[in-house]
Amino acid sequence: MALKDITLGQFFPGNSPIHRLDPRAKLLAMVIYIIALFLARQFVTYAILLFVLACMIKVSTVRLKALLRGMKPVVFLLVFTAVLNAFYTPGTPLVSFWIFTITYQGLLHAFFMTVRILMLISCTFLLTYTTSPLSLTDGLESLLSPLKKIRVPVHELSMIMSIALRFIPTLIEETDKIMSAQRARGADFDSGHLIQKSKALIPLLVPLFISAFRRADELATAMECRCYHGGEGRTRMNQLHYQPKDGLFITGALTLCVCIGILSWFGL
Amino acid sequence: MNPIIETRQLTHIYSQGTPFEHVALDGVNFSAQPGEYVAIIGRTGSGKSTLIQHLNGLLKPSSGQVLFDGEDIWSTKAYTRAVRFQVGLVFQYPEYQLFEETVYQDISFGPRNMGLDQEEIDRRVRQSARFVGLGDEVLDKSPFDLSGGQKRRVAIAGVIAMEPSVLILDEPTAGLDPAGSAQILENIRTYHQEKGACILLVSHSMEEVAREAERLVVIHRGSIPFSGQPPQVFAHAAELEAMGLGIPAMTQVFARLRDIGISVPPAVYTIQQARDAVLDALKRKGQAEWR
Amino acid sequence: MSHHPIIQTEHLTFRYTTEEGAAPTVLDEVTLSIESGSFVAVLGHNGSGKSTLAKHMNAILLPSGGKVYVNGLDTTEEAHLLDIRRQVGMVFQNPDNQIVASVVEEDVAFAPENLGIPSAEIRQRVDQALATVGMSDYARHAPHLLSGGQKQRVAIAGVLAMRPRCIVLDEPTAMLDPVGRREVMSTIQALNRDEGITVVLITHHMDEAAQADRLIVMQGGQVAADAHPSQVFQNVDGLRAMGLEVPQPVALMYELRRHGLNVPLDALTVDDCVRALKLLLT
Repeated sequence: MALKDITLGQFFPGNSPIHRLDPRAKLLAMVIYIIALFLARQFVTYAILLFVLACMIKVSTVRLKALLRGMKPVVFLLVFTAVLNAFYTPGTPLVSFWIFTITYQGLLHAFFMTVRILMLISCTFLLTYTTSPLSLTDGLESLLSPLKKIRVPVHELSMIMSIALRFIPTLIEETDKIMSAQRARGADFDSGHLIQKSKALIPLLVPLFISAFRRADELATAMECRCYHGGEGRTRMNQLHYQPKDGLFITGALTLCVCIGILSWFGL
Repeated sequence: MNPIIETRQLTHIYSQGTPFEHVALDGVNFSAQPGEYVAIIGRTGSGKSTLIQHLNGLLKPSSGQVLFDGEDIWSTKAYTRAVRFQVGLVFQYPEYQLFEETVYQDISFGPRNMGLDQEEIDRRVRQSARFVGLGDEVLDKSPFDLSGGQKRRVAIAGVIAMEPSVLILDEPTAGLDPAGSAQILENIRTYHQEKGACILLVSHSMEEVAREAERLVVIHRGSIPFSGQPPQVFAHAAELEAMGLGIPAMTQVFARLRDIGISVPPAVYTIQQARDAVLDALKRKGQAEWR
Repeated sequence: MSHHPIIQTEHLTFRYTTEEGAAPTVLDEVTLSIESGSFVAVLGHNGSGKSTLAKHMNAILLPSGGKVYVNGLDTTEEAHLLDIRRQVGMVFQNPDNQIVASVVEEDVAFAPENLGIPSAEIRQRVDQALATVGMSDYARHAPHLLSGGQKQRVAIAGVLAMRPRCIVLDEPTAMLDPVGRREVMSTIQALNRDEGITVVLITHHMDEAAQADRLIVMQGGQVAADAHPSQVFQNVDGLRAMGLEVPQPVALMYELRRHGLNVPLDALTVDDCVRALKLLLT
């Protein structure tokens, strides 16, 4: 897998209704949706949640391909949890060999677990794909601002996050470049056992760290030049305003969550 | 003579089969003779970086072939690896890949990967340091304590130490001041002459390539619209201008002089040539007035 | 155009303080004044002190000795800091390391946001700054997908949004290809000519330095020359001894003079050169 394929935290600019929602509304709705996801137990509730998610993806105009590409890195994790669940859930044995037993409940559990993780990742991606990193951090900052009272450095944390997001593509590109340059001098990043492999990373990691520090240093100077002096007295170009549609969106999410809760209560 | 390095119908497509698909090279036929000094010129994004990364097997062609010494570099795994050491590639801003504790160790990284013995490694490190004008006293220093220009020369020495028969440099003078640039170009010339190596110099500076190279290859939108000796290439002034490449200032001056009817030769691109052309024109004018 | 100085240095001396105490002097008694509305180029080889000088112009570095005044304000006075930085904006060599946000217009808004300007006015300033550098069409783009020249123009817009009186550019074209260099240079010229913004351009490209109204050459932390480019470049031997070059037309004129021809040494551009040769050859 090429490093370029990592799409985590990437933003696809667009103008869909989802793009235009207030980031806080999207963040809250996502949290509520995830709660609903954990309340769901059976086919019916999962199906409802999947349907809602599919509608959101459709409305957002985010390409399904892009969404799936972002899932590649978690495939291993998925398979791993699925296998564990399949083997270690007690219940009616389905297949049994040596010390392993696969139960009907296990399979079901593994299936739901996988679906749940996939849906969880999809809805997170849906958020990051449709919300610019800056407005996302703005949203977080605004939602977390009550914590300022107990001296949590909310502004600083959100600034750190937005800069980290900004530099992900730059650092990925840089990693690619350094790897090629060291390969040109005969470095081998692919073969050998674990210790050899990690030793082979030194020619990559040392320049990468040095470069990251240099960039951080230059960026700090550039920010100072542009009058950055912390969060105090700072205004925003795009101020966040809740609009009726945002309220509607959150209400929708809440309703969905409550419905899922009730349906699950009845064992659906 | 057979070319030392050659591409046949080389095509490279990035992210093939995705919405981001991009044809970087489109059926490129490129070749260079042993001991030749070739300059590759093109804008950022023209495909020149993609081309040079194919020449030492860092990228694999989507279709077409890359031949080193007449053999496909992808024919066997061992040959691909051997070619990587035979075709040295110095990337842009190579000083950013230094990582060892001392200059000596950093230069020896390539030779060590080649599996050479200690004595040979030592010989090569010292010799390549000499090629780039670094004294023995620098070898034990940390590369990170050196000046920008010195760092770059250490990085170039690290590639030269593999004693490649083809040395490719991607904008080796970018960001350096005139004295630093002149020194690096001088180092490259020394390696070219003493080792008889083929040099491929990627550059933006028309003055630089006109002065250094025997042959120019222009890359534009993934193909080679023209190549040849500097006068032949610079004869396409208007096309080069349209590609955003420009032509040397002296070539511009002499083109303008010819436009206003002054008889001067067309193939002028360095200061020396310009001076000789003016002196020559004056002599002819003097003779004409004498008669 | 007013002619009072926007930046003044008086006996500016700077040395880095290290743990051992003694450190080489980077700037040595530099006394300069930059007139409001002028276009000044600063030339010098690496390590001549030109970047250090630039960083004193908006209080990123503070003098070890002497004074720096920006529009009459002493840069060592903490209380003036924001005012100084708002008046003198700075653009650096590597465009990737000065773009803060992941969307072009949000990056341009960064400085006015820091200055606490009301939202509606920020929007207006951002649109105007992007229009000035010709990047309005890219307002919603991701900066890392732009070309080098475009990124650098976004960086310039980011500074323009502060409505500065002076812009200091520290080798803004060093990492760009010829097209990018041309884009940035014509943007800089337009700022100076049309917007009346004072420009201080640190460079080691001779042809860029030749475009300024005034050229300062730095050498060993001191001012080695300070005059109109056409005058400074006449000292061909002196500049070469400092590890610098002269524009190609001047180099040709110099060669011809060495052969006893009476040609002017102040031909900075291709046009000047053609004119001089035409005179000589017809």
